[in-house]
Amino acid sequence: MPSRIESVDEAALKAEAFARENGCSEEFMSAVDLAVRESVANAVKHGNKFDESKKVEMTMNCSDEGIEITVRDFGTGFMVNDVPDPTNPENLLKVNGRGILFMRSFMDEVEWSNPPGGGIKVKMFKKTINAD
Amino acid sequence: MADITISERQAGDVTILDLSGKVTIGEGSVALRNAIRRLLGEGKNKILLNLGGVGYIDSSGIGELVSSFTAVNKEGGTLKLLNLTQKIQDLLAITKLLTVFDVYDTEADALASYS
Repeated sequence: MPSRIESVDEAALKAEAFARENGCSEEFMSAVDLAVRESVANAVKHGNKFDESKKVEMTMNCSDEGIEITVRDFGTGFMVNDVPDPTNPENLLKVNGRGILFMRSFMDEVEWSNPPGGGIKVKMFKKTINAD
Repeated sequence: MADITISERQAGDVTILDLSGKVTIGEGSVALRNAIRRLLGEGKNKILLNLGGVGYIDSSGIGELVSSFTAVNKEGGTLKLLNLTQKIQDLLAITKLLTVFDVYDTEADALASYS
């Protein structure tokens, strides 16, 4: 996907369709939707800094255990531990910095890595709650 | 098609903005920012955001609520929230912003709080 805001909606629609095809519940899809939107927005905005020559890559895999989604940018990278805790009282009125909190809140596992070739890859996993 | 619709009405000296749609990165957040700036430019600084019609908000939209709150405070005004959906309430709880915003379930209670 190109590094532009429209890619956030595009990624969310793909993730929703994928989750739906795999029989996931509405609540599950809502959580995945938010996590995908936040991770792709981070990749476009903070990773690739809206440089449309740099792509955002997303993969989705489903297993009996759940859904794994990866989102990768090709920017200069960042240290996730350097991102201030947005729930710290001194940060409550900051405009940015809540996306990672949402990803961690709505997915069961979230981890960041620095893949060969540069950029950041975030891998998110959510245990499947199958729709009845 | 616009992600968000914002309509304005007046209740005494309180300006109510009824939001519907999505407050997300890009168009939705910008529309809210522009609406707040316009009101402040017109000297309207008692603002009630009715979020009952907002079906979706992301971290950028939450950030825009915070930005609006700060901008209105700087002008000596007050920005309050009305009709939070369960989803928005959950996100404000996760971010601990329920401790920052004045939140109301009914318009009557919200308007009474300004007097």
